[in-house]
Amino acid sequence: MLRLFLAGLAILCACLTANAQEVGLQPILQEHQEIIAKSSRKTIKPAIDAIAASGLPQAQVMLETWAAKDMWMRKADGQFFAGKKAEGRSYELTDFDSGEVVGTFEKSDLKQMKPNSGIRAMIGTALVQFQLMDSSRAKRSAALLSIQRDPDGALLEPLRASIDEEPDADLKAQKQRLERLLSIGYDEDTVARVAAIEDMSDDLGVDVRAALNPLVVTKRKVAAEISMDANIAATLTPGSESLGEAEAYDLLVASDLAAPRVSRDEIRAALSANIDGGRVEGIPVAQLNTDAARARAYAALAEAGVVPALITQADIDAALGAHVFFETYAEPSPEVTAAAEQALQQIELKVGVNQTLDLTLDAISLASIYFLAAIGLAITFGVMGVINMAHGEFIMMGAYTGYVVQQFIPDHTLSIIVAIPMAFAVTFAMGVAMERLVIRWLYARPLETLLATFGISIALQQLAKNIFGTQARPLTAPGWLDGAWVLNDVVSISYIRIAIFVLALIFLGLFLYIMKRTRLGLEMRAVTQNPRMAGSMGINPGRVNMLTFGLGSGIAGIAGVAIGLFAKVTSDLGSDYIVQSFMTVVVGGVGNIWGALAGAGMIGFLQKGIEWMNPSNTLAAQTYMIIFIIIFIQFRPRGIIALKGRAAGD
Amino acid sequence: MERSFVATNPSVLVFLAILSLFTLGVTVLSEGFGIGVISTSFVKTLGKTLCLCLIAVAMDLVWGFTGILSLGHFAFFGLGGYMIGMWLMYARTRLIVVESLAQSELPPTSAEVVDAIGTQIFGVVGSSDFPLIWAFSHSLTLQLILIVLVPGLLALIFGWLAFRSRVTGVYLSILTQAMTLALALYLFQNDSGLRGNNGLSGLQNLPGITASQDVVSIWFLWASALALGLGYMLAAWIVSGKFGSVIRGIRDNEARVRFLGYSVEVYKLAVFTLTACIAAIAGALYYPQAGIINPEEMAPIASIYLAVWVAIGGRGRLYGAVIGAAFVSLLSTWFTGGQAPDIPLGFYTIKWVDWWQVLLGVSFVLVTLFAPQGIGGLFDLWANRRHPDRHGANLGPDDSALREKEAIE
Repeated sequence: MLRLFLAGLAILCACLTANAQEVGLQPILQEHQEIIAKSSRKTIKPAIDAIAASGLPQAQVMLETWAAKDMWMRKADGQFFAGKKAEGRSYELTDFDSGEVVGTFEKSDLKQMKPNSGIRAMIGTALVQFQLMDSSRAKRSAALLSIQRDPDGALLEPLRASIDEEPDADLKAQKQRLERLLSIGYDEDTVARVAAIEDMSDDLGVDVRAALNPLVVTKRKVAAEISMDANIAATLTPGSESLGEAEAYDLLVASDLAAPRVSRDEIRAALSANIDGGRVEGIPVAQLNTDAARARAYAALAEAGVVPALITQADIDAALGAHVFFETYAEPSPEVTAAAEQALQQIELKVGVNQTLDLTLDAISLASIYFLAAIGLAITFGVMGVINMAHGEFIMMGAYTGYVVQQFIPDHTLSIIVAIPMAFAVTFAMGVAMERLVIRWLYARPLETLLATFGISIALQQLAKNIFGTQARPLTAPGWLDGAWVLNDVVSISYIRIAIFVLALIFLGLFLYIMKRTRLGLEMRAVTQNPRMAGSMGINPGRVNMLTFGLGSGIAGIAGVAIGLFAKVTSDLGSDYIVQSFMTVVVGGVGNIWGALAGAGMIGFLQKGIEWMNPSNTLAAQTYMIIFIIIFIQFRPRGIIALKGRAAGD
Repeated sequence: MERSFVATNPSVLVFLAILSLFTLGVTVLSEGFGIGVISTSFVKTLGKTLCLCLIAVAMDLVWGFTGILSLGHFAFFGLGGYMIGMWLMYARTRLIVVESLAQSELPPTSAEVVDAIGTQIFGVVGSSDFPLIWAFSHSLTLQLILIVLVPGLLALIFGWLAFRSRVTGVYLSILTQAMTLALALYLFQNDSGLRGNNGLSGLQNLPGITASQDVVSIWFLWASALALGLGYMLAAWIVSGKFGSVIRGIRDNEARVRFLGYSVEVYKLAVFTLTACIAAIAGALYYPQAGIINPEEMAPIASIYLAVWVAIGGRGRLYGAVIGAAFVSLLSTWFTGGQAPDIPLGFYTIKWVDWWQVLLGVSFVLVTLFAPQGIGGLFDLWANRRHPDRHGANLGPDDSALREKEAIE
């Protein structure tokens, strides 16, 4: 009997222990039942810690339910359940451990747990450790993102714990990086923080700088003497460059260590308030129209005790001499601030190098835009000597052609492929027509070509306005040109710009090929150098001129499609580029494609360089660039690459 | 035998007579002094047109006679306008500020007045301090001197740089265009000290003058007519003498003039600077009538339009420039003002507001191609002057600016 009893007892015990291992969460909740029910931010911590520490899988569900205000307490026995609204005022309760429905209860028998925002934040922190271990990669990634967005020292431990078990190599690297960043800010051990800072000191990420910068933030303070325990960054002398006297005195005033100065406005207000029968302390009001007279009147008022005394320079000097001014770090540990300063310096250097690289890329892309805009001009102006003020309008026509093509072909990739030859055809035809009708008659009068083509330019611009309206038309780039090629946090370049660069290279090659390797190029060079001689050799100069002009105009049309992809397509599109295009050709040297390339390169780099020095103001950058070009022309009037000999024209 | 200036240039007398008749006629017909047939706003338009004629004379001098196609003379025009505008704005704001400060209990100190003026003027660009370039704006005399001095100095420096490096022809045109673009872009900035793209406004109100705009507009018409008359006489005098022969020589063959021992650069620089000053005076008279000036006025396109006027009027003759400027700008006002009647074509109605630019552009091409002498050429027909028949050969060496069709026997 006894054996039977013992055996039964053993089985019961076994059952109970097994039960305790399986069921786990409810007993923990019960252990902290009181503080959970009380739901106060100050006392709740042990409960959340215990739940988080239990390591039970259902704890995650339970915490989520709690934070969502779906956890209910059964008043009868104080047990906690997930509640779901059933019919009427009753709720269906589900046990956390078993996941089984316990039953439906009236609301009056239950108490809803309503954690306030403070508690929810604590729950959220506790949840992160579960999410970091979650089986779904997306959830883990989201958890990392939420830590990045809102770093918190409490997350450091769960994050560290989750690193070793991370199966995904990519996420693991992210976690390790995040762990370093959190260590910089929140680790309790100074040595560990310094180590983390040193680890990250060659990282370019914005987040690293965001983690380091708060460490080296300083605050200006003033006191009678420097306290020993503060982490002092520097002591300042009033009147030096870093701390002006006025600034120093303002600091004293702000720290209630000195009386504020009496401003002009205050003097005036005080005087106005104390006018007595047209006089202030015996001085007639009409005389108070100089600062000196007002000061005298105010001094008289102060002597009478009506207003606070003026602060004199002697007062200011005395007050400044009696105090020390210094900057302190908000971060108390000097080792950490020193390491952070050093790391930031290293990072700044690296960022500087990368910014130069980024700037170079920007400049190259700007240069290729200018080159594209100017290459047609390099042919018509550079080779033929015809100054075509309507060149910008050819660019505009190319862009509008692209827009019109897109109206008929909705597929962006295909439409661009169609638009490029279409734009070439349209502007080529336009150029040929213009050459035949107008320019042919003006070859001997270059200045008048300028005026006639200007007439065409304003007519074309207005026509475009009449047809397409004044608002900008979209010319959408194909999807695969969206986005940017990101090298690191500092260096990136958008794909459109790369495409334009490639296009510029293609045109350079095409131009060289046509000029050097084809019959047309040979004839072109012959006609531009000596039309009569070329004519007597059997070349038809009229036809060659026509084709040359058409070619230059056609290339302008293609440039228009490219420019339209990133700029707004309006009727003014061309005039934005015309002066720069002429500059490019003039600076580079007329009559030579390499000149146009050099000119575009120089203008692009120059503009970006000036913009970098004065980033807020692109207008100023353009102004200075033009002034620079005017001066540059003084020294090389024929451009960077000048033609020599008879071809130069003199 | 030495003949008098007037005897050699009868056209000057004719021009001055027409100008005086015109001024008198407008005065009689105006609202301020006459029977009120012409509205004040139209009087202003006419006054502005006279200023445009003056800058066209300057342009003719520099382009038609010296052969420098400057595409930057509107920069000087605008600068002249800014110089007078600074004084007008300062003085007027000062009156307003002093009046409002007089309401307060204490009389204002001079520093308070200046501060208040600064806040009034530069409030729109988020500043209240006077930039350095406003240092003389309190004085009308100094600012009047600056009207000539600032554009003159700019032209002198720019011209010296350009001419000494022998930048000529289209290169010079592009360079002058770049100059005016640079200036316009610079003035577009808010911290340039001239109120950025807001420009200077309220210039039509003369400080301290209570007369109505009807009267003021006539005053300005007189002043503009006087300036145009004087400018025309000056230009006619310059081109009629030896100096005129040299600059025409530079236009036709610069190298030959240089080889004859003339300092081409000095002549060009003198003409360039002088015309810049004339342009500035024209601008200083124009903008008080327009009432507002902003950097948009200095955009390169304005200077190209100037060349268009001169070309349509007929360059190389001073009255041609005046006719061109008056004709095209008044016509432009008429067309863009919506006064021109629309032409219904059945399927489409031509609205001149939209199509005027197209018409202007096309007619400009046609004038360049078929009538290089412009409207002024009609006077040759009338005076029965003929062109030499050289069977298509040029008058001078290859690069001469004057072609057979333009030359006169």
